[in-house]
Amino acid sequence: MSNIVGIEHDRVTNTTSTDFPGYSADSAGSDWDLEKFKKSFNLYISYISERTANFDLVGLDTSVANAFRRIMIAEVPSVAAEYVYIFNNTSVIQDEVLAHRIGLVPLKVDPDQLTWITSEADEKDKFTDDNTIVLSLDVVCTKNPNASPDSTDPDNLYRNHKVYAKHLKFEPQGRQVELFANNPVVPCDPNILLAKLRPGQEISLRVHCILGIGSDHAKYSPVSTASYRLLPVIDIKQPIVGKEALEFQKCFPSGVIDINEKGEAYVKDARKDTVSREVLRHEQFNGKVKLGRQRDHFIFNVESTGAMPPEEIFFKSVRILRNKAEYLRNCPIGNLN
Amino acid sequence: MTTTVKKEQSDSFEDLLNPVYKGKSLTDPINTAEDKWNLLPAFLKVKGLVKQHLDSYNYFVDTDLKKIVQANEKVLSDVDPDFYLKYLDIRVGYKSKADPKQIEVLYPPHECRLRDMTYSAPIYVDVEYTRGRKIIIHRDLEIGRMPIMLRSNKCVLNGRTENEMAYLNECPLDPGGYFIVNGTEKVILVQEQLSKNRIIVEADDKKGIVQASVTSSTHERKSKTYVVTKNDKIYLKHNSISEEVPIVIVLKAAGIVSDLEVLQLVCGDDSVYQDIFAVNFEEAAKLGVYTQKEALEYIGRKVKTIRRMNAPKLTILQEGIEAIASTLIAHLSVENLDFREKAIYIAIMTRRVVMTMNNSKLVDDRDYVGNKRLELAGQLMSLLFEDLFKKFNNDFKMNLDKILKKPSRASEFDALLHINIHSNNITTGLNRAISTGNWSLKRFKMERAGVTHVLSRLSYISALGMMTRISSQFEKSRKVSGPRALQPSQFGMLCTSDTPEGEACGLVKNLALMTHITTDDEETPIRKLCYILGAENINIADSSTLHTNGTFGVYLNGTLVATTRFPIRFVNSFRYLRRTGKVSAFVSIYTNVHQNAVHIAADGGRICRPLIIIENGKSRVTAEHLQKLKNGEWEFDDFLVNGLVEYLDVNEENDSLIALYEKDIFLATTHLEIEPFTVLGAVAGLIPYPHHNQSPRNTYQCAMGKQAIGAIAYNQFRRIDTLLYLMCYPQQPMVKSKTIELIQYDKLPAGQNATVAVMSYSGYDIEDALVLNKSSIDRGFGRCQVFRKNTAVLKRYPNNSKDILAGMRVNEDGEPIWQHTALGPDGLGEVGMRVQSGQIYVNKCVPANASESVLGGAQNGQQAPPQQAHREQPMVYRAPEPSYIDQVMMSVSDNDQALIKVLLRQTRRPELGDKFSSRHGQKGVCGIIVQQEDMPFNDQGICPDIIMNPHGFPSRMTVGKMLELVSGKAGVLDGSLQYGTCFGGSKLEDMSKILVEKGFNYSGKDMLYSGITGECLQAYIFFGPIYYQKLKHMVLDKMHARARGPRAVLTRQPTEGRSRDGGLRLGEMERDCVIAYGASQLLLERLMLSSDAFDVDVCNTCGLMGYNGWCPTCKTSETIIKMTIPYAAKLLFQELISMNIAPRLKLGDVF
Repeated sequence: MSNIVGIEHDRVTNTTSTDFPGYSADSAGSDWDLEKFKKSFNLYISYISERTANFDLVGLDTSVANAFRRIMIAEVPSVAAEYVYIFNNTSVIQDEVLAHRIGLVPLKVDPDQLTWITSEADEKDKFTDDNTIVLSLDVVCTKNPNASPDSTDPDNLYRNHKVYAKHLKFEPQGRQVELFANNPVVPCDPNILLAKLRPGQEISLRVHCILGIGSDHAKYSPVSTASYRLLPVIDIKQPIVGKEALEFQKCFPSGVIDINEKGEAYVKDARKDTVSREVLRHEQFNGKVKLGRQRDHFIFNVESTGAMPPEEIFFKSVRILRNKAEYLRNCPIGNLN
Repeated sequence: MTTTVKKEQSDSFEDLLNPVYKGKSLTDPINTAEDKWNLLPAFLKVKGLVKQHLDSYNYFVDTDLKKIVQANEKVLSDVDPDFYLKYLDIRVGYKSKADPKQIEVLYPPHECRLRDMTYSAPIYVDVEYTRGRKIIIHRDLEIGRMPIMLRSNKCVLNGRTENEMAYLNECPLDPGGYFIVNGTEKVILVQEQLSKNRIIVEADDKKGIVQASVTSSTHERKSKTYVVTKNDKIYLKHNSISEEVPIVIVLKAAGIVSDLEVLQLVCGDDSVYQDIFAVNFEEAAKLGVYTQKEALEYIGRKVKTIRRMNAPKLTILQEGIEAIASTLIAHLSVENLDFREKAIYIAIMTRRVVMTMNNSKLVDDRDYVGNKRLELAGQLMSLLFEDLFKKFNNDFKMNLDKILKKPSRASEFDALLHINIHSNNITTGLNRAISTGNWSLKRFKMERAGVTHVLSRLSYISALGMMTRISSQFEKSRKVSGPRALQPSQFGMLCTSDTPEGEACGLVKNLALMTHITTDDEETPIRKLCYILGAENINIADSSTLHTNGTFGVYLNGTLVATTRFPIRFVNSFRYLRRTGKVSAFVSIYTNVHQNAVHIAADGGRICRPLIIIENGKSRVTAEHLQKLKNGEWEFDDFLVNGLVEYLDVNEENDSLIALYEKDIFLATTHLEIEPFTVLGAVAGLIPYPHHNQSPRNTYQCAMGKQAIGAIAYNQFRRIDTLLYLMCYPQQPMVKSKTIELIQYDKLPAGQNATVAVMSYSGYDIEDALVLNKSSIDRGFGRCQVFRKNTAVLKRYPNNSKDILAGMRVNEDGEPIWQHTALGPDGLGEVGMRVQSGQIYVNKCVPANASESVLGGAQNGQQAPPQQAHREQPMVYRAPEPSYIDQVMMSVSDNDQALIKVLLRQTRRPELGDKFSSRHGQKGVCGIIVQQEDMPFNDQGICPDIIMNPHGFPSRMTVGKMLELVSGKAGVLDGSLQYGTCFGGSKLEDMSKILVEKGFNYSGKDMLYSGITGECLQAYIFFGPIYYQKLKHMVLDKMHARARGPRAVLTRQPTEGRSRDGGLRLGEMERDCVIAYGASQLLLERLMLSSDAFDVDVCNTCGLMGYNGWCPTCKTSETIIKMTIPYAAKLLFQELISMNIAPRLKLGDVF
């Protein structure tokens, strides 16, 4: 069977892969073979920036690609605020809501610097310099003595009336002083608005940030999203020429279809297609084009929240998957052979 | 001054006047067909949604109050003929010398809410009275306090800017129109009634009865007069006349002596009518009544005389005259015994009966909105006030007489000293009526309960919806469809969707968006105007011409006042005068061809709405006018004054030809709708694309929109309400409607735009259950807060002791004990502390000897001991989940007792079983919460927040929801807000175009990947944002289970209900099942062992119960058998014994 997922106007066909042993009687030698995999597997990197990575994984099974995606979202650990000790909060925003907002602020901490917290431990020695980052937030809003009198702009009238994530101050504990000397803990995005204040109001609190995973709470997820899509395939069955070609071109995002000097439409870059299936709405292209997606070509897009570079998140997900496999292999039930 | 006030008032509407408003800039070309909707915001700017309440209250305070006082202006003494007291003037809120704009209120409204006080202003009267020989004028005498309607012209909030409102802790979006009595917000709902002083003709086809009735209502009395047929003869019926009186006799008594004139007045020259009516002359002749005197005496004999004490006895003739003059058709006043007006009125009623006997189609429809009148807060208050004022004067007079009776007085009598004593009656009377909702008026023998309701502050919409609600006087339990049905005449006046389901269905209605309810207008000038316009005065008209062909009667408020031969010209010129502003805009005039009548209505309580006037097939509103409106040169009233727009009531609407759209105009068209979506009310206006939904769905949404949790008001964090639900992150809907903008729901929204995938997932989504994304919840989706008020009062006792607050108790280490963790040193919970079940948040202590008499302490000759013994009576928190202390308020209530209010807060994230709803009457509970990585995702990596089962669509037919999704998706991609306004809104075609442009499928269906397998789903999934509301029904407030727990004292059975930690009942039907199944041991266990098993000693000899192994009846212990029976059974036996029935148990062996 082909490894093209069929895109019909009303349904998607051929969605599951069948290249595993025993699927059909004639599935010749489809035992998974490392050498074969090594040969066929490919990784192309489109771009990697500070926050995003876009790369293609070609020639691997959906289950593995999906495992990477799931692990990146839910199981790669990262650091986030978990305990907020509020000393004073006279602002309009309630303690729980403020704590929730602080919790969702992504922090620039290398999670490898911290160890896991033991939840059974006694409250007093639960938090150590090994496993906890302490941040503090102390903001008092005051009137601006130099405000121009006829102004109504709060930026001019008050000082500190907006509390941003950048106001969270890192308080290194114990050996953290040296450990984080070069890269102090800061919020990845300094301008996240946490609260608004008016003169006389203040917020004073301490935050304990610990290690966690995304399946516990979304704030521990190191990615804002990690997902993949399959590479689109556009197969022109019959030549489309002239005016029709222009119309055909319009059915796709710009850059997908081009028209050659003969006036015939050809697929220039199927990767740019968003698979809007617009072309299937047009009667005149009926039978002339076949849309599809390549089932073993995953275009990954990983957007980091900023704590780690996106590629590292991916590497970690691979490591975690490997550990899982290792674990399974070491399980008594896995050691049958 | 006035201009500045106007400018300030327009604060919240400012953005409507901004150069670019809702995508249109000032310089854009004006299209009259589309831009005429701008009249609607202009209308709401001058009128507002609750203007009817405010208008009515203002009318009451400014005009009606003075009329009431004028009608009861003198208080005379029965003892001293020289004494009098006369009310000169009455004012609410300001003294005679003071500025009427400066209202004296003690506290601003929000303080009244917090401190459980009444928001009121003093009522001042100026009186003139005699003291000895002198006449004294006393000004500014306070006779009581009047509750003030918020935002009325007596309210401190009237004409405030948004800044000033913020200073007063008020929300500028709050509509006002309610009262604050003892700290609770009370609304007087609009009451719907059959119109008064109008003839209604009804027929009972089965019994062959035709009856014309009129309910006469004046300040003094209410009575109903009927003209009915009985065996084809016509009679007059009235409550105070013991039997039916032949109509001819009544007419004769009223001065129409000649049979010819009777015939002329009733039938005119129509021979068919004459034939029908002729029998009635025989009836009168048979009874030997020929002259007026005979007729009056005949009636006089039938009158039920209820005379008050010491009233002089009247002769029969006088009784008859009295009956005609004041009892029948009481709303017409008779001067100098000139009954002609009344005679004509009765003749007209008779004529209507005769006409209906001839043609049964001429009956009136009781349910027709034109025959209804709405009674508003002002009218109800004025009824109440008049009653109280009369009682006040009566009490004053009694008091006066008592003192004046005493022959010798040391000092000169000053009436004023005695007026103040009762001053509390009016205040408490008004307060009590509003706070209980019981309107009991002695004059009309009226006992109405449930007139006022607590303003529902569940959401902004629920408060707004309450202000536009209309309740019907109809009985809820009656199974009638007529009054509940949707009347075609409701169009544009009453919302077609917003009515509750169930017993009140169709009886509780809501006003449409653009309506006005009239207040009373003076009759006399209109009557004079009729004569000026060429109509002939009825009192000088010849009876014979009254019903000749082509003569139209002119009826003013249901009373024939004139005739005209040129009705069309008359009506046209009258309308011309109204459009030019010579007559009040709310006076309606219309012709009724069947009755040959021109009706002019100037009474209060009619619903009317503005329409654009069309002349000669052209709209009078042109682009130029709309331009002026946009520039802010013109206001809505300018359109009215210039005769471009006019108000039509339901009856006049029937006389007009109204085009819905500009394209429908042709030569005969008289009016044009301003906007078609104004058929809906404020609450139904939230629904996007309601015209694509099945209509019950819109009705369901109207009920549910009121339960949605969201923002309530700008001052929501300052409020201390018994129960307050707030949403942490409310969003304005992606798909709005023009109504949403007009009522500013976008500023106080209740819901969030959830990305919805319409697909089946996991099986936990059957029966409308929703699948929620856990990460979305983590990030704040559907998160809400619940605030609960707890009140404590520190009482003072007669023996000088009082309740106190004790500080926290500490253990050996100096740490507070666990129960007192949340307390501060003052014994009150500290703001921000967590209270768990069993912990204390107000450590109140009551004196141990509170009941000891005051004298007991004094007798000992010593002062009360400084250290009085107190016993703790703390307020303990009891709930499954902990709360946080949000606010603590300590204040002094009216009676000088300390008032403590503690507001407790819970923040809740959505959980399994919480209820959600879209805006299309599609509610569902959360069935499962799924990890984000398990959720399906699209090419962009977007996961849905909610997965909804597609089975919700086919049977519900909520196409509007699908359109909302497509428009919402287009809006998201486009970065714009789309409109789903009723009969308009963004077109699906345009939305699809945007979707395709942005690289999506035109249908809104995306290709999704399964989050679990990672493979593509085989179907395309309808995927996009839909506005979801979180409803107030949450699992946390409802969950309940019990293994062991409290039992009722009497029966020893488990208590009932969640609040008492009760058991779950195995009821009759369940019992039947267990019996049928044969599970007898289970039956025994459920019904007895787990409930109220009780061991009794039964004596086998006498069959009665003993104790301790001893039968007191048989004086033996030999035959005692121990057995277990339900305690309830034992109780029953004993109760039977107590009433001399001895149930005896006969025990036998089972095996």
